[in-house]
Amino acid sequence: MTTTADDRIRTDVPPLSDDPRDGATAGGNDRIDLGSFPVVHTRHWFRWTLGAIVLFLIAQFLWSVITNPNYEWDVFAHYFFAEPVLIGIGYTLSLTAISAVIGFTLGTVIALGRLSKSPLLSAASWSYIWFFRSVPLVVQIIVWYNLGYLYPTLGLGTPFTTDFWIVEFPTVNLISAFAAAILGLGLHQAAYSAEIIRGGLLSVDQGQSEAAAALGIPARKRLFRIILPQAMRSIIPNATNEVIGLVKGASVVFVIAIPEVFYAVQVIYNRNSRVIPLLLVAVVWYTLITTILSVGQYYIERYYSRGSVRVLPPTPFQRFRRWVSVQWARLGDSPAPPPLPEPAAIDQASFSGSRNDAKFSGGAGA
Amino acid sequence: MSTITPTPTPVPTRTRGLVEIHNVHKSYGGLEVLAGIDLTVQPGEVVAILGPSGSGKSTLLRAINHLESVDRGSVTVDGQLIGYERRGEKLYELREKEILKRRIQIGIVFQNFNLFPHLTAVENIIEAPVATGLLQKDAARELALKLLERVGLSDKADHYPRQLSGGQQQRVAIARALALSPKVLLFDEPTSALDPELVGEVLDVIRDLARSGTTLIIVTHEIGFAREVADRIVFVDSGRILEVGPPEKVLINPEHPRTQEFLAKVLA
Repeated sequence: MTTTADDRIRTDVPPLSDDPRDGATAGGNDRIDLGSFPVVHTRHWFRWTLGAIVLFLIAQFLWSVITNPNYEWDVFAHYFFAEPVLIGIGYTLSLTAISAVIGFTLGTVIALGRLSKSPLLSAASWSYIWFFRSVPLVVQIIVWYNLGYLYPTLGLGTPFTTDFWIVEFPTVNLISAFAAAILGLGLHQAAYSAEIIRGGLLSVDQGQSEAAAALGIPARKRLFRIILPQAMRSIIPNATNEVIGLVKGASVVFVIAIPEVFYAVQVIYNRNSRVIPLLLVAVVWYTLITTILSVGQYYIERYYSRGSVRVLPPTPFQRFRRWVSVQWARLGDSPAPPPLPEPAAIDQASFSGSRNDAKFSGGAGA
Repeated sequence: MSTITPTPTPVPTRTRGLVEIHNVHKSYGGLEVLAGIDLTVQPGEVVAILGPSGSGKSTLLRAINHLESVDRGSVTVDGQLIGYERRGEKLYELREKEILKRRIQIGIVFQNFNLFPHLTAVENIIEAPVATGLLQKDAARELALKLLERVGLSDKADHYPRQLSGGQQQRVAIARALALSPKVLLFDEPTSALDPELVGEVLDVIRDLARSGTTLIIVTHEIGFAREVADRIVFVDSGRILEVGPPEKVLINPEHPRTQEFLAKVLA
């Protein structure tokens, strides 16, 4: 055995055990005061190596992005704020917004339908979800766009006839490309939203609805003031996923020639063959929109987590301000600012509601 | 402005909170949970319901405010049917709106508190009086603060339920039930989910209510407490009332062998 640092330390104290780490448990009269020893933390060599590799790969990629002329950043810059691209963004955002509103409103109705006690409503809602999850979005959009082949005119009149005597429109005039896109995206989205909302509603404890009913709170307020706000915690992450999906899903409407952003860049690169820089224009725009939505999600989730954590964790912005003020204090030799509240975990331990052990106070009959 | 609509024939105060349970039956599938319950609770009386687990005592309590519908029989408060309307020889189940209106005469406190976790203590109390149109928001808030003071939690008004101990949560739940000024208060094992050291503070509040003249029906396992506050003890087993009487009698000289057996186990 070679001489190690541990052995050298042990030369001036009586040996306690074979393993120097057992010092505290060895007992005896000559106890070593471990409290005075500095602590050396575990070195995570593997973690550091992996970190270095990842850092290298990122650097390599960034270097290529900057130096590879095929990215044609000048072309990218030229088209980033080009008018057709900006109009495309406008289409993408409005398609997303309108179909999200339709999707989540209709989705809520369908979710409530599925939870309804009426077997007919429940089955109808189930069928809606089944159908619209089965048909590919692209197919649906094309069908809406070509609805005129199925029903040349639409209107109101005698039921079960084609005798429209109140109003009658040619379908082609009624459903424009934009309307077809909205119908397709909105109805498709409703099916998915319905399941997300239903899942959220089911995640709220049955006792909540019962307590609200016992307090005489009417059904509508029970839903909107008691159940939904609690369900939002599990709805929001999935709903944001869906909205982000819609932003990108809106790109499929290029099949019916709506000039949203993806269609716009295609038109441009089909003309000038600058495929990559123009696709990058679309990618960066999509990334920007997703970033904004993700930040929004963070704050909405924070809002709905009121009451579910003891203290809300600080936002990244608050953390940053705190970091700056700590650094500032260090520079100026002034005392550090008070710490931010610790992010408290959802406290199940003290919420002993699920415990069921009955207690009997003895001696009562004595 | 309070908007309580005056009833055409106001109930005389001395009959406020008279609960009459008549021949109540309830089955789940083939299992008969309530097998013909008859019980009259006088206004201002405090009744404790004891019985082994699964004896139907919680179901009975929930049938009183129609959280549980019954298969047969009736429950009335001051002569008014809860959940049903009699037309001729039939009882028609009421529409939910009507049930809610009648139900607010009967408050209930649950074993698991069931506070609304996304609302603060004071918001929990305000919700029902405002939602039912009983009080305006300002008046409700004033009342809520008074009630919190009564249960000893004035300083916790703006705390969320998760920031309160179990005992404090249950006291907020009691204040929430009181905000509708019920004639009858039901307690469904109000201390069973609490740590032993927190039981006392909740029992203190209930003891206080017992003196205030509200009719209380308490399902509990706290035999000592039942003996102290209850005017009568009801022993329930297998969906039937086996024994009713003053605590001194039912708890000390029970007649029925099942009561004797139960008490022997509980007080062992």
